[in-house]
Amino acid sequence: MRPDRLFRWLFKPLLFVACLLPFALLVRGVVLDDLGPNPLETVTHITGDWALRFLLITLAMTPLRRLLGQAWPLRVRRMLGLYVFFYATLHLLIWTVLDQELRWSAMWEDIVKRPYVTIGFTAWLLLVPMALTSTRAAMRRLGRRWVRLHRLVYPTAALGVLHFCWLVKADWLEPGLYGLVLGSLILSRLGLCGRFVRPSSAESPG
Amino acid sequence: MLIRIRRLGDLEESDVTPEQYFRRRRQLLAMAAVAGIGAALPAARALVTPPSEGRRLPGLKDADWGKAMEPTDFDDITHYNNFLELGSGKREPARNAHRLRPRPWSIRVEGECTRPGVIDIEDVLKIPQEERIYRFRCVEAWSMIVPWDGFPLARLLARFEPTSKAKYVVFETLADPEQMPGLRRPIVDWPYVEGLRIDEAMHPLTLLVTGVYGVELPGQNGAPLRLIVPWKYGFKNIKSIVTIRFTGQPPRNTWAVLQPEEYGFYANVNPNVDHPRWSQKYERRIGEGLFARKHKTLMFNGYAEEVAHLYKGMDLRRFY
Repeated sequence: MRPDRLFRWLFKPLLFVACLLPFALLVRGVVLDDLGPNPLETVTHITGDWALRFLLITLAMTPLRRLLGQAWPLRVRRMLGLYVFFYATLHLLIWTVLDQELRWSAMWEDIVKRPYVTIGFTAWLLLVPMALTSTRAAMRRLGRRWVRLHRLVYPTAALGVLHFCWLVKADWLEPGLYGLVLGSLILSRLGLCGRFVRPSSAESPG
Repeated sequence: MLIRIRRLGDLEESDVTPEQYFRRRRQLLAMAAVAGIGAALPAARALVTPPSEGRRLPGLKDADWGKAMEPTDFDDITHYNNFLELGSGKREPARNAHRLRPRPWSIRVEGECTRPGVIDIEDVLKIPQEERIYRFRCVEAWSMIVPWDGFPLARLLARFEPTSKAKYVVFETLADPEQMPGLRRPIVDWPYVEGLRIDEAMHPLTLLVTGVYGVELPGQNGAPLRLIVPWKYGFKNIKSIVTIRFTGQPPRNTWAVLQPEEYGFYANVNPNVDHPRWSQKYERRIGEGLFARKHKTLMFNGYAEEVAHLYKGMDLRRFY
């Protein structure tokens, strides 16, 4: 098979299935009633964790392309980004339906009064326009504005990490690690921007 | 005072156990019967069925408290714990519990009392032990129903004859990095410290606990000796106690030092005073499953009739 076909018919579908694994394990846990003493907490944390992980993985694709000098990271970026939206939406739905039991006034109160809920909800809201404009047609229609719109991914990731930090009672190790990864990804982006300013030294033969 | 205390745990709709858990309990009972445990003394029949693992506490008396409530599974009580010294997640404490050595163990009692001294855990166990089923409400908005084994704290404190200067009782957890891997990281200023006002400490509901479900406390639940004050949030119920001190001043308890805006000295369960980051109106009952509805949190965790008078005239929003 040609590399292009291999990518489209093997690598990409495999990646698609791999990204669904956390969800599949979650469903398995629900069916087998195997999610620990506090299953609601488990499903909330797992979906939140994976939304944040996929967000960081998505952000890593551009630096990865630079690093490897190959195009494939950019060609899976949209799929990864949509998985962020998938897990974040699941996370929100679990909170709405199972945790808050559709008590709308209580939810609204939480969104207004509690910073970690406010921030988490805002992060999800920011994902919506990006998910909606993820089609090729939207990209074409929006042109340069598409790039600008999708820079929202950085504040979204920052809010996501903050949302996690705010939940912690005492041990900041885990959210701290996510923050560290996000920080270095942002730094690497800034570094790349610097290279664009000095094109002569930046571009190396690929 | 004791006469005023009514039977606890009047049955409410939310206390009816979903069938699947009820069945699991039947299974456990059946297994116990097969194992011959069912042939125990008639007096023991009234107690909850102990798990197959763990060392049985001898001579346990049934105090007939909270009998209307169906206890949370032993497995859930022992595998969903906050015990920072044994790890910072909910599962780590059970995983690391084998490191904690509950024998030999002694408790130093000091401060404003006429007979300070050290008491060995074996002597503590000679105090008549009873089983009481209490609600347990964590500040994180989850709860359990736990059959604790122990005795009123007042019974131990009286031996050391606190003086009139003893206004507070302070407790400290063991802080041994060899037995407690959590101590390697400076999450809090070890040792863990908690305290009670003397009248709270002397209240007949306040227990020193040596066991759960009729067996000696597993490490993750605070072996070999812990505090249980059922009308307060879980973090007040200090585990693996090595020091008890009578003082004239309230202690700087660990969580109040860590986050003074969020955790106070009193930590009374109160659905009307929210934690700054979440509501305390409802609680999730551990063991009821993913799709179970939350329970309404009760004032003083359902023990208002017994303890509300302790806080008469106090602004509970200020003294959270």
